[in-house]
Amino acid sequence: ILLTVCMFCICCQQLKRNMPAYLAPWRASPCVFRSSKSELMPNLASDGVVCAPLQTFTEEETMLKNMVTKFAQERVAPLVQKMDENSKMEDSVIQGLFEQGLMSIALGEEYGGTGASFFSIILVVEELAKVDPAVALLCELQNTLTNKLFTTYGTEEQKRTYLPRVAKDTIGSFCLSEAGSGSDAFSLKTRAEKKGDYYIINGSKMWISLAEHAGIFFVMANTDPSLGYRGITCFIVDRDTEGLHVGKKEDKLGIRASSTCPVTFENVKVPETNILGQVGQGYKYAIGMLNTGRIGIAAQMLGLAQGCFDHTIPYTKERVQFGKSVFDFQGMQHQIAQVATQLEAARLLTYNAARLAETGRPFIKEASMAKYYTAEVATLTTSKCIEWMGGVGFTKNYPIEKYYRDCKIGTIYEGTSNIQLSTIAKSLAQEY
Amino acid sequence: MAGLRVLVGVKRVIDYAVKTQGVKHSLNPFCEIALEEGVRLRERGAAAEVVAVSVGTRVCQETLRTALALGADRGVLVEVGEGAAVGPREAAAALAGLAGRLRPHLVLLGKQAIDDDCNQTGQLLAAMLDWPQGTFASRVEPEGEWVRVQREVDGGLETLRLRLPAVLTADLRLNEPRYATLPNIMKAKKKPLEVVAASEFLGGGSPPAPPRLRVLKLEEPPPRGGGQRVDDVPALLERLRASGCI
Repeated sequence: ILLTVCMFCICCQQLKRNMPAYLAPWRASPCVFRSSKSELMPNLASDGVVCAPLQTFTEEETMLKNMVTKFAQERVAPLVQKMDENSKMEDSVIQGLFEQGLMSIALGEEYGGTGASFFSIILVVEELAKVDPAVALLCELQNTLTNKLFTTYGTEEQKRTYLPRVAKDTIGSFCLSEAGSGSDAFSLKTRAEKKGDYYIINGSKMWISLAEHAGIFFVMANTDPSLGYRGITCFIVDRDTEGLHVGKKEDKLGIRASSTCPVTFENVKVPETNILGQVGQGYKYAIGMLNTGRIGIAAQMLGLAQGCFDHTIPYTKERVQFGKSVFDFQGMQHQIAQVATQLEAARLLTYNAARLAETGRPFIKEASMAKYYTAEVATLTTSKCIEWMGGVGFTKNYPIEKYYRDCKIGTIYEGTSNIQLSTIAKSLAQEY
Repeated sequence: MAGLRVLVGVKRVIDYAVKTQGVKHSLNPFCEIALEEGVRLRERGAAAEVVAVSVGTRVCQETLRTALALGADRGVLVEVGEGAAVGPREAAAALAGLAGRLRPHLVLLGKQAIDDDCNQTGQLLAAMLDWPQGTFASRVEPEGEWVRVQREVDGGLETLRLRLPAVLTADLRLNEPRYATLPNIMKAKKKPLEVVAASEFLGGGSPPAPPRLRVLKLEEPPPRGGGQRVDDVPALLERLRASGCI
């Protein structure tokens, strides 16, 4: 394939045609072709890692992965069933995540974080999701949403006030969706009225993750409905602000340990200094953050599928029917191989999207692809795993059925699969 | 005497808990406990510096990096040639040489490694240095120029008071090692890691003594056979006699 593409590159160059954009993200290409479009040339100098497999990690990333695996196995795994049954995240797990520095992975050291790479976040989320996708979600949202919102759009004052808190023990929660606005996020109705140097927020949000434990809320409210979505502004609201009320959490099918609650705002007074970024720019921030958040969710779905797979295969090798292990039947082997292949493809999509985002290259299409594909693969993998386990896969004594329930949310939140496909199509439309 | 310098030996062993295609190596669990004790001593203010040492080939650097991520201040690799046998005698000799150079007040080792289960390095090292030893330690308390060590022995617990410098080996119940937190993993990169050639300590120029141990055979124990129930003691004795055991 390498040779064919090289020939293609050279042909294009000779014909002085534009290099197709799909070759741009392909960093493994060893051809150094002289294209008129400088951004298409693989930038060998700054990338550092050239022609290396996507599963190449730095030493820190490897140490981190090992640590999280150990932590997840020892501190989270014993509590998974209990947390799922009671629909409640254990305090020891939340504390453990903070203590290990897993809630401030990419945050700067001056704010109490670790200063690790964005890819490290992806690895951590994947490892945690192998054990409990709900715990992985908590880690993912804090790192890709809460921390990122502050570091990207916060003023120095806001960063100094809030970042040490979110690094130490405070969970952040992103309030965008409402009963009447899910995919159509920008038709939100929550209103923020300006009164001198503060705003009064009224409205109600729904499907808000982590609301049960969050100490800080990012509230997307419209300061001027006549401007449509250009009035949406992001407000930082502390939990104990008067008028903010977290409702009863939803009784969900999956990721039950992660709370999802309605949050209502009744004349909530927020000072002007608590606006994140600029007035009327909230919609941009939301889209921007959700683009990287997508890769995090892809990592969560990836870990979920892999964890489920890792639990199932040893069983199929042990279980004997008709004189041989279930794994040894050719029909089973083919199914298992197909699922494993798709898992690998999902992994590479996710890792590549993460590396693209990390090196500052365009990644929106790849992120959408990763999220869409891993969610689909997770659904397929978990469904198949239950079948391969047979009767025991169907009972709560084994962890498989939990993965099956948990995977469904992947196609729904942080942009439904349909939204992802539309995003990908839009990207494609721009390329041709 | 606060401000002790603590030398901790860490060995790279095969990780039996992890089933992967390749063989995974990790830090010997007893060495991890020894390291945790050293780090806790420093956090209590009793020790000033914790130096992690490993004796082996260059790949042991990753073990030392893990030790740095777990809290050691700096690492030293005593590098041996590829294929060189490093048994307890060689390891103890290397550590003794390094101790002569670094002058630690306390050497903490794991009681044994999980690959060869020798339980010899600490004892040999103490003999080579002519230092007191406290093996199978389940509690360590520095007291000025002394260290009080509680040891787990067959009869129970024995408490010794040793004059520093001393060699201690850690047993399972000494402490529960921490996880490497993310900030420490990132800081580990910046901590100094020195590589020293083993030839400086072993034999001092002359070729090292040939290994005195040769592994003849390594095999798994035979699968457990079925058992037999007997009704009372006389029947048991009769069975034992019949099978030639007594």
